Amino acid sequence: MSIALARKRKIPLTPYLFILPHLLFFAVFVGYPFFSGLYISFFQYDYLRPEATVFVGLQNYLDLFKPGSVKFIEFWNSVRVTFTFVIWSVPFLVLIPLGLAILLNSKLKGMTFFRAVFFSPWVLSCAVISLIWWWIFQSQGGLLNYYLKLWGFDTPRWLSTMPYAMISIVVATVWWTMGYNMVIFLAALQDIPTDLYEAAEVDGANAWQRFTRITLPLLQPVLVFIIITTIIASFNLLGQPMMMTRGAPAQPTGGGATEPVMLRIFTEGFVRPFQGSAAAMSVVVAIMMMTFSFVNFRLFRQRD
Amino acid sequence: MTIRTTHSPVSGYRVQEFVNRAVIYLTLSIVTLIVVIPLVWMFSTSFKLKSQLFTKEIYWIPKQITLENYEKILNNPSTPIGRWFINSLFVASVTTVLKLVIDSLAGYAYARMDFPGRKQIFGLLIATLFLPGVMFLVPNFVTVANLGMLNKFSGVIIPALASVFGVYFMRQFFESLPKELEEAAAIDGANRLQIFFLVALPLSKPALATLAVIEFLASWNDFLWALLVLKDRAVQTLQPGLRTLQGAYTSEYGLMMAGAVIVAVPVLVLYIFLQRFIVQSVATTGLKG
Repeated sequence: MSIALARKRKIPLTPYLFILPHLLFFAVFVGYPFFSGLYISFFQYDYLRPEATVFVGLQNYLDLFKPGSVKFIEFWNSVRVTFTFVIWSVPFLVLIPLGLAILLNSKLKGMTFFRAVFFSPWVLSCAVISLIWWWIFQSQGGLLNYYLKLWGFDTPRWLSTMPYAMISIVVATVWWTMGYNMVIFLAALQDIPTDLYEAAEVDGANAWQRFTRITLPLLQPVLVFIIITTIIASFNLLGQPMMMTRGAPAQPTGGGATEPVMLRIFTEGFVRPFQGSAAAMSVVVAIMMMTFSFVNFRLFRQRD
Repeated sequence: MTIRTTHSPVSGYRVQEFVNRAVIYLTLSIVTLIVVIPLVWMFSTSFKLKSQLFTKEIYWIPKQITLENYEKILNNPSTPIGRWFINSLFVASVTTVLKLVIDSLAGYAYARMDFPGRKQIFGLLIATLFLPGVMFLVPNFVTVANLGMLNKFSGVIIPALASVFGVYFMRQFFESLPKELEEAAAIDGANRLQIFFLVALPLSKPALATLAVIEFLASWNDFLWALLVLKDRAVQTLQPGLRTLQGAYTSEYGLMMAGAVIVAVPVLVLYIFLQRFIVQSVATTGLKG
């Protein structure tokens, strides 16, 4: 504050000059699209043919809520796929990292080495890991089916039949991102004072009791944080199905069994020329995600 | 428990301890294998001839190590991966440098300067962190198209500068700095620019380094936005380039894994050297963000 006092002017121009560059980009690419996205969703719009733009009012939204129409089936199928992925992936993305973090917190030798190894896939890109796992899951020449066959197991067509296509995407995702949650869990575990455990041990608490009575309660805020951020990250699934399954296999009613909502929006707005409709889908999805975040935020706040 | 009844309490405890350790190391070793195998397989495949990909028996070390896959993708003008590499390097470097400048300026002002609207503007920035990214996809694409930035590097660099994360990160850092040095400089007659550049910025090297690594990785690995904006093969970056590669060849997995190696190796090397630093950055920023 004394800096401000020493240099007080009538109009403090410098602070605004400091924030201006960022604020400018922020206004154009965060502030403006907040409204223009909504605006575009009221039009039939193709960026390649702006002259053919037609105002359609709520039509893009009505299409999404008209049972039986192709758009309705494709869109809600993709929403269902996204939820399925969230339900299948999040438990593994939380519990495996938690387990690994507990093991790494054992203060034995070599733990920083294991931590470094387990985290390493996270630095790779979505495209790289999708390509690697796409190759591993191939029916012809794929690594997984080679060993499954060798050991006498069934060899499913991983990438083109259900539920295997979804399992493939979950496996690739867990392998790729588990290190991230693990590192956050580990940092939280290391913050728990060890004398709590020592005191409990003196009082005769066994390992399980120490875990449920000390570790879990103290970890709870971080656990909630990780569950929420992991669910939101899983909502954004796109690259893995795009490169591994291309949404396949096709559903009998329409849409793909591994086509999540982000891939649906990508196809609608950037493969097909329906940016207005894609914008409407984005608004609906964003409202669903924000509702979810808001509910969680309230629950989280109340408990604290 | 049965162990404890047959041994004295002390040695029973030791046996238990030994078993615990063995189980921990065994579990960690199995997970290590699961993490490492796909990467080894990527490298192994990239050095194999196509004729060796579909053999009855799998060879982890190729029977005949070949660089043909690398030569092929580096020389094929329809998948110019060398060009993509340079594009990625350029985009990631420029984005990172610009972000460091812009975000440290803004972060410093929100942390240290008093001006009307400071709380409100910063509150607004933070509120947008909770908005789902999907909302911005179509409208920002339309903006970039209207500004004539499709198929230009500016189309991926400039929208990235709007991100709030770096501003928030730098503000948190500057708030944690003790004020005394800056106050002393002010008393000595330094103006705000001098205080920022000569006092605050030199103190923030660790934070800038953390932000640089995080932003470089994010930019290098960016897939979706680069895929949308950089459509022409000559201006593509590596990540959408890999998808182009996947579409350009059928069942040439050796070629594709060579491509994956070229994309993965720079970040893996960076990771090997900065492993501790990267993990710690992620752990702390993850908890805060």
